[in-house]
Amino acid sequence: MNDLDYGTPAVTSEREVTLNIDGVAVSVPAGTSLMRAAVKAGVMIPKLCATDSLAPFGSCRLCLVEIEGRRGYPSSCTTPAEAGMTVRTQTPKLADLRRNVMELYISDHPLDCLTCAANGDCELQTTAGQVGLREVRYGMTGANHFTDAKKDESNPYFTYDPAKCIVCNRCVRACEEQQGTFALTISGRGFASRVTAGQGESFMDSDCVSCGACVNACPTATLTEKTVIAKGQADHEVVTTCAYCGVGCGFKAEMKGSEVVRMTPWKDGKANEGHSCVKGRFAWGYATHKDRITRPMIRTKTSDPWREVSWDEAFAHAAGEFRRIQQKYGRDSVGALVSSRCTNEEDYLVQKLVRAAFGNNNVDTCARVCHAPTGYGLGQTLGTSAGTQTFKSLEKSDVLLLIGINPTEGHPVVGSRLKRRVREGAALIVIDPREIDMVTAPHARATHHLKLRPGTNVAVLSALAHVIVTEGLINEAFIAERCETQAFADWREFAARPANSPEAMEAVTGVSAAEVRAAARLYATGGNAAIFYGLGVTEHSQGSTAVIAIANLAMATGNVGREGVGVNPLRGQNNVQGSCDMGGFPDIFPGYRHVSDNATRELFENAWGASLQSEPGLRIPNMLEAALDGSFKGLYCQGEDPAQSDPNTQHVQAALAAMECVVVQDLFLNETAKYAHVFLPGASFLEKDGTFTNGERRISRVRRVMPPLAGKADWETTMGLAEALGYPMHYEHPSQIMDEIARLTPSFAGVSYDKLERMGSVQWPCNDKAPEGTPLMHVNGFVRGKGRFMNTQYVPTDEKVTPRFPLLLTTGRILSQYNVGAQTRRTENVQFYSEDVLEIHPHDANERGIKDGDWVGIQSRAGDTVLRATVTERVQPGVVYTTFHFPESGANVITTDNSDWATNCPEYKVTAVQLVKVEQPSAWQKRNAREDEKQQRLLAGAKR
Amino acid sequence: MNATLNAIFAKHQHQPGALLPILHDIQHALGYVPDDAVPLIAKQLNLSRAEVHGVITYYHHFRQTPPGKHVVRVCCAEACQANGSEALAAHAVKRLQGADVTLEPVYCLGLCSVGPAVQIDETELHAQVTPKKFDALMNKLGEKA
Repeated sequence: MNDLDYGTPAVTSEREVTLNIDGVAVSVPAGTSLMRAAVKAGVMIPKLCATDSLAPFGSCRLCLVEIEGRRGYPSSCTTPAEAGMTVRTQTPKLADLRRNVMELYISDHPLDCLTCAANGDCELQTTAGQVGLREVRYGMTGANHFTDAKKDESNPYFTYDPAKCIVCNRCVRACEEQQGTFALTISGRGFASRVTAGQGESFMDSDCVSCGACVNACPTATLTEKTVIAKGQADHEVVTTCAYCGVGCGFKAEMKGSEVVRMTPWKDGKANEGHSCVKGRFAWGYATHKDRITRPMIRTKTSDPWREVSWDEAFAHAAGEFRRIQQKYGRDSVGALVSSRCTNEEDYLVQKLVRAAFGNNNVDTCARVCHAPTGYGLGQTLGTSAGTQTFKSLEKSDVLLLIGINPTEGHPVVGSRLKRRVREGAALIVIDPREIDMVTAPHARATHHLKLRPGTNVAVLSALAHVIVTEGLINEAFIAERCETQAFADWREFAARPANSPEAMEAVTGVSAAEVRAAARLYATGGNAAIFYGLGVTEHSQGSTAVIAIANLAMATGNVGREGVGVNPLRGQNNVQGSCDMGGFPDIFPGYRHVSDNATRELFENAWGASLQSEPGLRIPNMLEAALDGSFKGLYCQGEDPAQSDPNTQHVQAALAAMECVVVQDLFLNETAKYAHVFLPGASFLEKDGTFTNGERRISRVRRVMPPLAGKADWETTMGLAEALGYPMHYEHPSQIMDEIARLTPSFAGVSYDKLERMGSVQWPCNDKAPEGTPLMHVNGFVRGKGRFMNTQYVPTDEKVTPRFPLLLTTGRILSQYNVGAQTRRTENVQFYSEDVLEIHPHDANERGIKDGDWVGIQSRAGDTVLRATVTERVQPGVVYTTFHFPESGANVITTDNSDWATNCPEYKVTAVQLVKVEQPSAWQKRNAREDEKQQRLLAGAKR
Repeated sequence: MNATLNAIFAKHQHQPGALLPILHDIQHALGYVPDDAVPLIAKQLNLSRAEVHGVITYYHHFRQTPPGKHVVRVCCAEACQANGSEALAAHAVKRLQGADVTLEPVYCLGLCSVGPAVQIDETELHAQVTPKKFDALMNKLGEKA
């Protein structure tokens, strides 16, 4: 299933050169290799060490050519095309040379092609055929690398078989150039040269992050996916979009019938350009995991066993319950959560169901607990809730500022793009309480790491602003032309206040004033500057303020609206951008139009044939509060697991337990489903058509490669429920849903499946003004008109350290696990990370007698749990850190109800805690384990 | 080890391309480049462990295990070969069996006109070394047969 390989990467140049290759005239941008130019001329030059994802290397000596008027046989991959060249790629002499080189390769390669896993997909085999190798005169009995070679099968997803290795270096270069991990090398020299992981250890023990770039690059069977070894080569492929993080990588699902053989990154995917991470590339096995629930189930009480029923019975039961509850407790007593993992079309349908069939606005999305402050902050200042530039344009950035984002773990493919740009010379500023990998990545070290105290983002950002304002680093012309004058004047005065100086803030943030000043100068004067941020910014009591402060910095320095500059919130889940765009909020319709806006509401009322409410509905935390008050009794929860992902787990559990009808639509019996009365089986991204929208507003197609295991895609399930509620919807295919979205949403007006088919993907706004979409936003002016500066007064969180709770806990992500882990925990990724651990600084650990691997009890004002300790200097003294990928960890039992002042986004990132050495799990963990066991029994009953 | 490494790192702190000089200094100080030193070197120079490992294994000069009490190098380059260094090397292997001496081939000590040449412990050079002369040198080193 190989795409056309041009051998060397594309070159951009304004100058074209025309040359003649094998009698064909061809024009290419200056700097293009002869090899690539030849492909353009329709000539495939034999090659082994060249591939178009990597810089030319010139080691295999197969791609030799003759150039008229020049001596010798230069390698075509390393020779740039020049105007007027006459190149011959096929002459008797070249044929001789190539055959001889190939003969040497094959003299050290096993001749087991028929039983080799790469059979049918082997570049060595193909090239031997191309050059017409007919014999190996050296024999196969001399010293070689294949008789005693030992396979390395340590990685769960691929094998390294040195017997097959031709030491072309492609894997090593892929690890360096594409991934930026530098986990591989060639050890030894001459005949002893071998591909080696780390210091000669197994792949699993090395720094390898299992991104699969080396496996992709390998021209032989040396590095091969275990699924290919087990199943053989695919017979067809379907291009689709990854269902993990918000980067939105394009993938090819390589299929045998309806079975996935492997997922390989799509070269034409605009977000990833042929790169991938361990999750998208390898961790798709959950889709057919035995834990998948494939029949609808109902039960009266959550202590009853589940009963498998027909789809119709499940719909009728759920609809009957919702209507009964509304009758008894009022129209507003039910609501829904749209999924950030489902497609745009599915999210659109759920909010439509709530607004038109439930007749209220009680719909929210998990963006509430992640990027709601982005919606507010960027909306208020710039006018739109989304990243302002394309990932591609970071290749033109000179300064990269990362704040509260850990891209190599959370958004690995963007992480690799950022690291590559730093290796190319861009300066990097990291603002994070921890020493994340980006701080010290090989060849990509950060210029400044502002290691701030958790909860002090706004203080640091205001201090950066202070330096920019008081040191005359403002881009006055940009502001005069594009921003509100009065608001700017107010902000300028605010930022200049001595209280906001780095010196004044030093005591609060823990970051030296000199470091802040240097970082501010670099950001303001270092050329094109782009900011990337994540949940480390938003999930705070001042999350919205921090987003505003980021927008202020970008406007003040004129770093918005051009290539290479901008403000980029990296979204956590695959379609969290889309779930927001589609109106998955209690106050907005699709396209961010407020429910109180009469014209918009009329538009939807006419289209949907229902009267709609003008008052905003309940947010997730309000729904939970109302449930405890007894006024909210029914929840339709699509592909979302608040019982694990939302803060203060015990509070969430109590609220769910207080409801009379909880309908969970999911792949697995997740934590929330333990409180459910109706279970509607969901469909994975492999089982349905639709679109996802990534963090750069890119709408990409998701394509069905296998039938839904439970018989229905999620959009069909929502339609079934709507019909049972007496509000039938009529769509034959998700493309019709997208047509309706386009009809009703100005920023989507030009989107259609036909266009996506043609263009591969498109970035909104896409309409008459921008029929091909909008890669860069705010180009000639801000979406809201004039950019608005807003003052960002630092207000410390209520969550303070005290003698009783002397440490600050902050939470984050790990590369191999995703969100609540429902998917990744059901893959071999558990071999990389099988439990959440607590990172603690040696100083704090010593003080408490805690050693590496000890069980530690973590107590906060909200609750307590127990995790294993990892003693590391990655965290600073006074700060501890964990992840929340495993339900049994109870990381969110500890997190509190504190939330962002503007959007209620929970303050996951700051919790005051105390640690004690313990011998056993917490009371909650024991209770939870018992409840888990009970619910699994109730499930087993249904399955019989 | 850490104190030695830190001193070496400090010495080369502002030197571009300091990997080879650092490896030389470490081997000079410790007799070899310990595996445990590799992560520290990588961190110091903002390289990966694999890159440092690749360089160490590329050069025959760098050792990954501690050498014997003495290091004896027999020149195996062309001129010395023409003067019988292959036989000398074979003799040396036998002679040094069980001795706490690291025997290594070396490719040219600059004594091409008076081969075979032998180097002992980086400091001593000997020309026209016959097996008999080799035994005498070894006896002098204090190693018994």
